[in-house]
Formats: sequence, C-alpha cells, structure tokens
Amino acid sequence: MAKKQLVSVKVNGREREAAVEPRLLLVHFIRESLQLTGTHIGCDTSHCGACTVVLNGKTVKSCTMFAVQADGAEILTVEGLASASGQLHALQEGFKQEHGLQCGFCTPGMLMSSYALLRNNPNPSEEEIRRGISGNLCRCTGYQNIVGAVQYAAAKMAKPGNEASVAEGVAK
Amino acid sequence: MIHKTSPEIGGMGHSIKRKEDLRFIQGKGNYVDDVHLPGMVYGQLVRSPYAHARLKSINTEKAKAVPGVLAVITGEDLAKANLAWMPTLSYDKQMVLATGKVLFQSQEVAFVVAEDRYAAADAAELVEVEYEELPVLVDPHKALDADAPLLREDREQKNNHIFHWEVGDRKATEQVFQKAPVKASVNAFFPRCHPAPLETCGCVADFSRATGRLTVYMTSQAPHAHRTVFALVGGIPENNIRVISPDIGGGFGNKVPVYPGYVCAIVASLTLGVPVKWIETRSENLQSTGFARDYHMTAEIAADRDGKMQALRVKTLADHGAFNAAAQPTKFPAGLFSICTGSYEYAQAFCEVDGVYTNKAPGGIAYRCSFRVTEAAYLIERVVDVLALELKMDPAELRRRNFIPAEKFPYKSSLGWTYDSGNYEAAMNLALEKIGYQQLRKEQAEKRKKGELMGIGISSFTEIVGAGPAHTFDILGIKMFDSCEIRIHPTGKAMARMGTKSQGQGHETTYAQIVAQELGIPAADVTIEEGDTDTAPYGLGTYASRSTPTSGAATAIAARKIRDKAKKIAAYLLECNENDLEWEPGKFFVKGAPSKAKTIQDIAFAAYTNIPPGLEAGLEAVDYYDPPNLTFPFGTYVCVVDIDKGTGEVKVRRFVAVDDCGNIINPMIVEGQIHGGLTEGLAIAFMQQIDYDESGNIQGGSFQDYLLPTAVETPHWETDKTCTPSPHHPFGAKGVGESPNVGSPAAFVNAVVDALSHLGVKHIDMPITPWKVWKVLQEKGVAA
Repeated sequence: MAKKQLVSVKVNGREREAAVEPRLLLVHFIRESLQLTGTHIGCDTSHCGACTVVLNGKTVKSCTMFAVQADGAEILTVEGLASASGQLHALQEGFKQEHGLQCGFCTPGMLMSSYALLRNNPNPSEEEIRRGISGNLCRCTGYQNIVGAVQYAAAKMAKPGNEASVAEGVAK
Repeated sequence: MIHKTSPEIGGMGHSIKRKEDLRFIQGKGNYVDDVHLPGMVYGQLVRSPYAHARLKSINTEKAKAVPGVLAVITGEDLAKANLAWMPTLSYDKQMVLATGKVLFQSQEVAFVVAEDRYAAADAAELVEVEYEELPVLVDPHKALDADAPLLREDREQKNNHIFHWEVGDRKATEQVFQKAPVKASVNAFFPRCHPAPLETCGCVADFSRATGRLTVYMTSQAPHAHRTVFALVGGIPENNIRVISPDIGGGFGNKVPVYPGYVCAIVASLTLGVPVKWIETRSENLQSTGFARDYHMTAEIAADRDGKMQALRVKTLADHGAFNAAAQPTKFPAGLFSICTGSYEYAQAFCEVDGVYTNKAPGGIAYRCSFRVTEAAYLIERVVDVLALELKMDPAELRRRNFIPAEKFPYKSSLGWTYDSGNYEAAMNLALEKIGYQQLRKEQAEKRKKGELMGIGISSFTEIVGAGPAHTFDILGIKMFDSCEIRIHPTGKAMARMGTKSQGQGHETTYAQIVAQELGIPAADVTIEEGDTDTAPYGLGTYASRSTPTSGAATAIAARKIRDKAKKIAAYLLECNENDLEWEPGKFFVKGAPSKAKTIQDIAFAAYTNIPPGLEAGLEAVDYYDPPNLTFPFGTYVCVVDIDKGTGEVKVRRFVAVDDCGNIINPMIVEGQIHGGLTEGLAIAFMQQIDYDESGNIQGGSFQDYLLPTAVETPHWETDKTCTPSPHHPFGAKGVGESPNVGSPAAFVNAVVDALSHLGVKHIDMPITPWKVWKVLQEKGVAA
C-alpha cells in the first residue's frame, strides 16, 4: 500500500478532505471517503456513466480519475443539485414529471450530464439532447422520457424568473 | 370497466407521478453498495481463466500475506462445511467455489476477504491456482456426441444431457405434416444474451455472533425464496435469517438466482463475525451470472394453400452452460416455451426441447421474460413470416387468417394452455392503421424499383405471465402464490407490504393506487414496503410479469377484506343495518340518504377508538393470492427499417407498439415499461451476444463488447393500446413489463428480412449487425 495523500475538494459547496491511497478512484473517494452515495458505479470500462459528476464545470466519469487528480477541484454531485432549502432543480423536477427514471440507478449520472448539457446549450434540440446524454447508459427507460425530462427542464429554466434557481446550482 | 376515482384519490387509470422518484432524483436511494455497516469488510472472488480444467492446487499463502487480508476461502474449505455445492432453482446443483475442476471461464475459485476492496483485489491477484486444461465443449450440437468430453463428472448420468421435454401429439402432428400442401420452416438461433441491469449483483452479509442472526442485504428479486434457500442449504434456522432487498438498480431476471458470491459472503461473515460486502464488477456480472436464451430452435408450419395453418412442430436445443441454473417452475424445464403456438389456431402442435451442458457460464434465466416465452414468441413470429414468403401472401393478411378469433376465448391451445382473453385482430388493425401500413407497402414497392432497401416487420405476439396457479406452479416446491398485507392506521393512512420486490417497476406507486382504488384512501396516503423478509408476508418475488397478476391481485383482495370489516364498523357508527349501506370510493353511506355517511378515515379511527361490540379492534388484512390461471397479454408491433447498402447499417425509421395488458393501473408507468422493453429488444436484435471462442473464452464479457444502446441509437417509440381485461383477475389486469422485450425482437428481424426478402433472404440470426447485413448484401450482389 502506498503512502496516503491528502485530497481536498469543494463538493456541493462544502470543503472536504481525506487522506487516501494515490490509486483510489475518484468515485470511491466520493462514495466512501465522503459518503455521498448518490454517485453510482455501473461498469468497469467507463461506458455506463452512472458515476458522472461535474468537476470544475465539466462532466467527468469519476471512475476514470484518481481522487488525487481531483485535489483542489470543485465538484458537483447529484446531492448538490437541489437548493440548500430543498428546492428541486428543474432537471430533478423534469425527471419526476416526465417519468424519466425507473430503477433510478443511472439517474444521478444522467442528471449531471443533463445539467452540464443545459449549461452549455440552454435550448437543445432532441438530437442534441440524445447526443448530450449518450455517455450515460440507461437500461430501463429507453431514453425517450429522459429526453422529455431535459426538454421540461430547459423550458422551465428559460422562463423569466427561474434563472435564480438555476444559477444557484451553477454557483455551487 | 373500472370505476375511475377522483384525481385526489388517484386510483387505477391515473398517471400519478411516482412516489419512489423523490429519493432517486436526489441521490438518496439505498442500493446494496450504499449499505455501510460498522466493521464491514470486503470480499473479492478469484475466477478461472479456463473454460474446462482440472484444479491441481491452490496456494493462498501470498494472498494471505497482503496487509489487511483476513481470510482466503477455497472450495476445499467450503467442502468441509458441506457448502462447496449449492442447489440451483432448477433441481440441478452448482459449485459455489470450484473443487476438482472448473467448468467455465470466470468460474468462482476462491474468495478473498480483506479490510478494504483494494486490498481484496490485490490479494485475489496473488492467489496461485494451478490448472490442467481439459478438452472444451462449446458447441451444444456436439454435446451429445460419443466423443464429447464429459463435463459433469459429479452426476450419475455420464453424458452432457440435462433433460428432454416434450408436449403435444407427435404422431398426429406428423400426420398433418405428411398431407399438408404447404410447409414452411426456419432454423432460428436466439443468441445468448444477458439482462445486464445497470446495477450489478452484490450483497452485505451480516452475521451477529451476539444474537445468532444473519442479515443479508442483497440484490434479490425474490427475497423470501432466497431466505428459504439459505435456511435449507446453510442449516441456519429460518427465523434467524433476515433478507433485505434494498433499492434495486434493475433486475430483468438477473437477480432471481442465488449466486456463489452471496454464499461466500455469508460464509465469510459467519466465519469472521463481521459484515462482509461483496459487489461484483460489470465484467463479472456479464461473465458469470444468469445469462438468458441460447436456444437453437427449428419451427415448421404446415398450412393449406389459402394460408390456413394446420400444424406446428418445434424442436429446440437449449444450451444451459455448465450448470442448469435456470429459474424455472419445477414442472417446466423449458419454462413456458410451449406458448410457441402464439396467437394462432392449429389443429395440432408438437414441441420438444433438449437441454445440454457446455463449458459456458451457467443459467438460462428468464430475462425480462416469463420463462422462455421470449424465445417462443420470437420463433413463431419468425416462422409465420417465412410461411408468408412461401405463400407470397402479405404477412398481416396471413396473421389475420389464423388469429384465434376474439369470440373463442377462453381458448384452449393445442399445447394445453387456456388463454384467458384476447382480441388479436383489433390490436393488429390499430397498429397497422397507426403506422400507415398500406402506404408503407406502396413506398416499399417504389423503393424496390429504385434498388433501395426498406422493410416492414410485424410481430403479433401473445404472452403467458403471472405464474402461477398452485396446482401447476412451484419453484423448489414452494407454490407460486403471492401476497399482500395492509394495515390502516387510526388516522386513515395505510401501510401495505407485499411478497414481491420492485426493481424499477414503480410498485410503491402502483400498489398504492390499487389500495386507493379499492378503499378510497388517497394513493398519497398509502406507503408501500417490499423486500424485508422480517416484515413482508411471504411471496415468491418479482419476475415473469407476475407482480400485478399475483401480489396486485392479493392487494385488491386484502383491501376488499378491509372494506368488509369497514362496512360493519360503518353500520355501527350510522346505527343502521349493513345491508342498508352503499359504497363509493372513500365512504359508506345510507342508501337514499347520501348525507348519512362515514368516510374510510372515520371508520379507521373508530376501529381503534370506538370498536363495535363483538368486533376485533384494528383494521388490517392479509391475502395470499393463488391465481386461478395465468394471464395472456398480447399486442402487435410494427417496425419500419431502412438499410444502408454501403455499410449494412439498419436504421429503425419507425416503431409502433400496440399493447393489450388488460386494465391499466398507471398508464404513464405502463408506457415507460414499453419504452424500456423495446430498447432492450432493439439491443438483442441488433447488438448483443455473449459468444464464446472455441477455447471457451467469452466474447462479450464487458460493456466494451457487450453493447447497450445509447440515446443516439435508440429510436423514438410510438405506443398505443387496446384493452381486453383478464376475466379471472380481480381487477382485470394482466401484467406488462415484459411484453415489449418478448414481442419486439421478431418485429425487428422481420423488418430486416422483409427488406431483403425479394433477394431470396428468408432469415438472418440475431444480432443483426452491420457486418452480417453487409455480407448478405455482398452475397446478393446489391452492396453499394
């Protein structure tokens, strides 16, 4: 076992740190060291995207990075999507309203990819949504209602007065 | 017709949003790998690189020397406790950890336990196993050859044959074939595929030396059955075992069997006295746990020149891998495959299946499928299209001429099933109309003139689900009833528990809607709990589309028992005779005087505070429902494809799915099930196969080569429905989760073959990859 190294990150707006083996995967760091178990593991080849988080504004598959590589980073996980007061993010609401989830296992990763998609492209076409979530596998829904959920969120976020709640997520 | 309750009550027919979603969208689900117990340690399996090899020796010294390693368990260790083998759910047995030899690549050989998962993985690498390779049997067609290597030396029977099963009248069927003017046949292989739920299998086994109790958190679609298996195999008193199936990240049949990893974790916890977590990797999941299908099938139809079918003959070779680890009802070694007569009438039919062992992962599980109905539906829908080609008849017209007519239900099939209800032509007509069938045929004719390849595929499938009646159905002797217990609290809110277990189907919502429908208590006020054997009534679990037909029925019946008692209480409160009361969802009122009423909430309060003399306190009921028959959902799917002559790529242009699952609890959830099942069907038809090379090496053992469709490959699905209620189910429902996976493969394949049929193509085996199509285009000289 190699000597442990201290890793400090800002997760969902909170400073967190833990001493970890250099080979510890970021996803294990998030799930086990930080006990944020919303981020899931569905494969061992970086295909499924269940472990997707937003790191320094970009989506990463957290099984494909070491925790030590994330030292100093700002990370947003599914647990940080809702506002501090518990107000759901438009995407979370969309997934519920449009039946965009069944077993729920891919959902956190799907939400994070959709979140990053809408930040870069607030009004995506169906094809752009499908491409935007194509790094995330879902075994239950056939994606159609996930597309609907992202469209729901995009429409909601485009309404005047809703920018604040969206910005809150970004600020984290 | 089902009375529709108000949206506030949210009974059947309302697309209410799912109750379970709130935790999942906030990352607050509780899947098995999220379970973290004090002092918990981790297990890692060591697996065989060989498909067939003698185990010469296992040296665990180096592994044990890794810091943090607590134990390394081998098959020899388990043998001392008589646990080296375990029973499968098909009256076979399976090695937990190998002793003597290994029989498939990735077979479990040793179990390393360490303080963290990285140390366990390190140590697993250091377990030294010496193997002596043996001849490998991959091709099931060679399994019964005289010179085939004997795989299962443990059995008394010294060959690789598992079972022969037949149903129907062989001789009478033969006679029809001899005289029939038209015959059509197809050899169709349904490839080995894997359910691949996004969450792999795993468990946390927690044996407390202080209490003598074993708690197992596990990915189980059938927690009660698993508790009983653990009690029988491990000799632990069943009252000292608690199986908890937490949130499950998809099952699709993969989480029905008992796997060696569970047993190893339990043994390790019993030995070490600490909780042991075992979570398999994706590769382990694909390579070692319950695969599905692997049926080599031949179907022949005899017909007259007008296309009226006369007889069906089916012969199948079933590859079960190294152990027959299918989860099948006892009397049905090939499951419900004899539903292969499908939606059609014949005078005679005969079906036979032989199961064999090969050096492949064990299984034969029902992947989103009611025990081999998927194979059956695919086969019949494929051969019907071949017959249409033979007769040069439109495949829709051929189906129309042979459907079991709506007025003949209940219909006894020539292979012995009594179909409960159906209206096949109505479903097909709706599907054809919705897709614009006639117009598409015209377009196809135009395109053919221009040399373009376009195909239309139809599948008019019939399912058989909801196992099943106790007189016929059991697994390991346990009858296939299922259960519900409902408790109404004093404030009129309710808690209900079932013997089933949701893996994404939305039970927490739909079961609450059944209670709402029957009692008028708003679905929002009904909490559903499943998966804890300490609290839920006994049941056989969720698979084979059985939740609604069995536990759903039990929920309705239990609620009706509560309503009967509520009526007595209402009569007491209203000072009238029970017979003077009428019910509308949510309240009893005096006939002719609707203002004299007591709500179910009033009644619930009285059940604890103002109990009528002579009546027990409380308001609860339990029901163990033994279905009188299976249910037979059906539908017609129509698929339109365009084929790229340059690359062989098949593009699904449109797909219309018309389903009939009887009365619907939640239309939104039903539609979601259809979308998901169609997407899995698409994957099976075009992308997926777990294949083996001649040495028994797995091809398709990770997501690198076992492909799951992404949102980009998945088309937009168009859905619709007809409604033919089940006459014997308490609220006329049939079950739906599996229909799209059962019915769609044939629609996809029929569409591709239809696009190529004018070139003389009659059949292409799944998965229909661009490479396969490209080769056909080359052969036929039409490649661009």
